[in-house]
Amino acid sequence: MAPVATTFFFYFLSALTVLSGVLVITRKNPVHSALALIVSLLGQAALYLMLYAPFVAGVQIILYAGGIMVLFLFVIMLVNIERAQKEEQFNQQWLVGLAAAVALGALFVLVYIKGRGLFPDRAIQMPEQSNTQQVAVLLYGNYMLAFEIASLLLLVAVIGAVVMAKKRI
Amino acid sequence: MLDYITSYLKSDTTPGSAGNLFWAFVYIVLIFLGLSVAVIAMNWLERKILAHMQVRLGPMRVGPHGLLQPIADALKLLIKEDIMPAEADPFVFWVAPLIVVITAFTVFIVVPFGPTHAVTDMNIGVLFMLGVSSLSVLGVVMAGWASNSHYPLMGALRSSAQMVSYEIAMGLAVVSAVLMTSLNAEGTGTLSMIGIVQAQQAQHVWFAFKFFPLGLIAFFIFAVAMVAETNRAPFDLPEAESELTAGFHTEYSGFRWSLFFLAEYSAMIAVSSIAVTLWLGGWMRPFPNALRGETWDLLFSLIPGLTFLFLAAITFYSTARMPKHPYFKLQTIGLGGFGAVLALIGVVLFIPPVRARVQDIFWFNAKVAVSMYMYIWYRGTFPRYRFDQLMKMGWKVLLPLGIGVLILTAIAGVLF
Repeated sequence: MAPVATTFFFYFLSALTVLSGVLVITRKNPVHSALALIVSLLGQAALYLMLYAPFVAGVQIILYAGGIMVLFLFVIMLVNIERAQKEEQFNQQWLVGLAAAVALGALFVLVYIKGRGLFPDRAIQMPEQSNTQQVAVLLYGNYMLAFEIASLLLLVAVIGAVVMAKKRI
Repeated sequence: MLDYITSYLKSDTTPGSAGNLFWAFVYIVLIFLGLSVAVIAMNWLERKILAHMQVRLGPMRVGPHGLLQPIADALKLLIKEDIMPAEADPFVFWVAPLIVVITAFTVFIVVPFGPTHAVTDMNIGVLFMLGVSSLSVLGVVMAGWASNSHYPLMGALRSSAQMVSYEIAMGLAVVSAVLMTSLNAEGTGTLSMIGIVQAQQAQHVWFAFKFFPLGLIAFFIFAVAMVAETNRAPFDLPEAESELTAGFHTEYSGFRWSLFFLAEYSAMIAVSSIAVTLWLGGWMRPFPNALRGETWDLLFSLIPGLTFLFLAAITFYSTARMPKHPYFKLQTIGLGGFGAVLALIGVVLFIPPVRARVQDIFWFNAKVAVSMYMYIWYRGTFPRYRFDQLMKMGWKVLLPLGIGVLILTAIAGVLF
């Protein structure tokens, strides 16, 4: 089936992602922030779908929206929200933040201008059917070592968390 | 226009793959209606079966044998006052039941009721079903938090911990089934729901019986995890009524509560259909390879019609046994009419073109129905787990078992 209204959906999903991203940092109630973050992540997943990467989109939904954000909410719900809302927020360092944001933005613009040849000027039609296989070949073939190192790092983090949280193992 | 509608009937793909919006819409409406009827029927069946397991009669007042009880309940829920706690977070409180219902119904897009009977066939079918159904826990957590009350919050905490833990065991079991689909000449597996059933057809075995007992253990892990995922007895701690009144939906009433109810049952049907698709051969009739040939095909294709005629016969028998008091006249006529409808459906199912097209749906639904009966059976049999027992079960039994089965399946796949 040919794609329908691609431009509309691209701008719609991008706007959704960016707007909910802004909501994440402007809401005072942490639960509302977390919910906005979920919407933002789902918008991202939909954008992956538009890039013919259904496997990445599915994993994004399962891991981020269904797994990690649930744990986020789990922790936030245990916080006393009335007190947290009255506390002063960490927005004193806006000068440093602004500088960092400008530097990052400049970097993006630079990459866009210098690396114009990297980006194709039209959307490429990817073989959607074999996306899962392609991801697998890249992860377990070409980038095997990097993948294993990343999983080792995660394992270290898990063990560290257990060691820190448990008095007696 | 008419060409557009009829052209699909000759194709042998799903409406989504054929790009036919009209038939996709028809399928969506049919699935939505069928699901709602199934939930209503499950409501009645659960109360009736549980009652008979506990040597009670169950609902008997509204309609013959309480057949109209779910409709009476639904009407009661719709006209009930809708209460929102004063201190609740209004937006989150409002949106939580919607999320739960939408996720529970969305997964049915990819459920394959037959080789052509699905709204669409995604190449990430299983992943889509697991992903979208894992979003329903968000609705549960939001409902518990937004109620701003202690019991719902406790229920939400329990449910989020439980669902996240069991999702891992469930995912590992699913991966070992998906691994089995890649055991063909090309060596490429598939995540598409239709593709998985076709792989079972090509390998001449249901995945539950592949590499005995590995497939069976994976199926067992999934069967336990799916009960925990849907918050049903014996894992119904998020709504344990003796401890938390009603858990996360304590503060919900009327229509919003009925949305949670609807979502719970349709989620049960959804995970059951994942189990049926992955391990029990999906839409295939029993023994498609051992008992093949014209005669067997004909014999098995008569079963749907015969089942309905059998149900009609039971209904007529009950009609004859209704009390002869004039008080029960209307009920007797109603029950007779119901039997006549069942008999009519049975006769229609004997017409050859209908028979050929509807068989798959019948076998799929029959397998799902068995699984739904098991849910009720568990509830009537097992006592509720304690929360630490539940966590121990998930992390120390099912998870290592799942990893072990996955590794052994991979080894067996390479060796054989």
